[in-house]
Amino acid sequence: MAGSLSDISGKPLWLLAELTYRCPLQCPYCSNPLDIARYQQELGTEDWLRVLREARELGAMQLGFSGGEPLVRRDLETLVAEARRLGYYSNLITSGVGMDAERVARFKEAGLDHIQISFQASDEELNNFLGGTASFRHKLEMARAVKAQGYPMVLNIVLHRRNIDQIEDIIRMTIELEADYVELASTQYYGWSRVNVDALLPTRAQLARAEAIAHDYQARMKDRMKIIYVVPDYFENRPKACMNGWGAVFLTIAPDGSALPCHAASSLPGLSFPNVRDHSVREIWYESDAFNHFRGFDWMPEPCRSCPEKTRDFGGCRCQAYMLTGDATATDPVCDKSPHHGALLADVARIESLSDADAAARPLVFRNMRNSRALAAGDEPSPSPANT
Amino acid sequence: MSAFEPESVPTLKPMFRFQWEPAQDCHVLLYPEGMVRLSGSAGEILKRVDGERSVSAIIAELKAAFAGADLDADVIAFLEQARENGWITV
Ligand code: SF4
Ligand code: SF4
Repeated sequence: MAGSLSDISGKPLWLLAELTYRCPLQCPYCSNPLDIARYQQELGTEDWLRVLREARELGAMQLGFSGGEPLVRRDLETLVAEARRLGYYSNLITSGVGMDAERVARFKEAGLDHIQISFQASDEELNNFLGGTASFRHKLEMARAVKAQGYPMVLNIVLHRRNIDQIEDIIRMTIELEADYVELASTQYYGWSRVNVDALLPTRAQLARAEAIAHDYQARMKDRMKIIYVVPDYFENRPKACMNGWGAVFLTIAPDGSALPCHAASSLPGLSFPNVRDHSVREIWYESDAFNHFRGFDWMPEPCRSCPEKTRDFGGCRCQAYMLTGDATATDPVCDKSPHHGALLADVARIESLSDADAAARPLVFRNMRNSRALAAGDEPSPSPANT
Repeated sequence: MSAFEPESVPTLKPMFRFQWEPAQDCHVLLYPEGMVRLSGSAGEILKRVDGERSVSAIIAELKAAFAGADLDADVIAFLEQARENGWITV
């Protein structure tokens, strides 16, 4: 196995600080873990400041403040100021709920570099339904405030069966709001979205139409706005190069201080993830079993082991492999060389055959603490959003 | 796309931060959720793209710094590429 300092050249260039799993929204496609209700013991300000310093010393350059909703943390301004002082490029990844124009200005003063706001849809009713909260107008207002402060702005819209047909309206909205980058990100099926996959996975026909529209606007807007369109990987023959390799460039710190090679890794069995309360970031990155576990190529079984493409995709996503095969070392079933690829295709076909009426009638499990506790206890989750 | 005039002034777009990274031992460009490592010569050129120096001033400075090397064409080619990449406006 990999493990000694000398044979690892990768540095944690990207630090994702998941400050909290609290969130005023309840998106049924949320990529947070299902057991968000377990993360009550959040790291304090001093611990976060130390994590920022230690990761920067190891070479981290990009810093994402994320969650949950990072704006819930009242110490965010302090963290942003320290990030700037240390020389990070800092990104705030937010729903927009929890700030006003004044706070947007305060972040700017503290040195925040960029704000990404997510929308659930381009029409108010659907946006508010999917987020489980009346947030649409506030999001519009915050997008304008972000631009007024001169930040580069990314707008992120997660696409799925319920909103993908509105893609043209969505793009028009982002043009009107003068976004610099637009991420039209198809849902990837982890965490909450996996629970809701039957209701969320789009059909091939929906995808083909959406892709054509996205490409059309990409060409038209070329000099003004960058549009990134991501296909859900269930429809591909090769897996994504998940996290650019395990423990290669990405370091996620969950709200309780546990360190993860990717934000979904806590779902993997048999790995114990080190906590920044007990270990330095350097120890965690270079020496912990968790970060060395799937590093490099030695852990791979066939067909990945002897596959020439392994340096490109690293065998795909460990979390997805575990979720779909029960074996975290398996080849990601998205790959058509995986013995489980056929089962994935069959499942996609099964979901596709649900009529639109069936898909729309499917209850969505909203992402909230009540449902997190219900799922943990083996109880039925509630199909309606919790009151916030 | 028009060629550069010697007196035109290139500016880094506000979306980008240009800085020296000790851990990487090179200059980098940082932007929303992304980064580019720059070669030594790219770093030397971008260091002088400050919204005040003209293309000819940048070339003159580089020549002085690098013992009169004949680098006009390389600098122009890099700036064109940087504009094409959306890093700078001219
Ligand atoms: S996806 Fe929705 S519910 Fe999940 S953290 Fe983001 S805004 Fe909150
Ligand atoms: S077999 Fe493994 S390494 Fe080869 S393409 Fe498929 S996932 Fe990638």
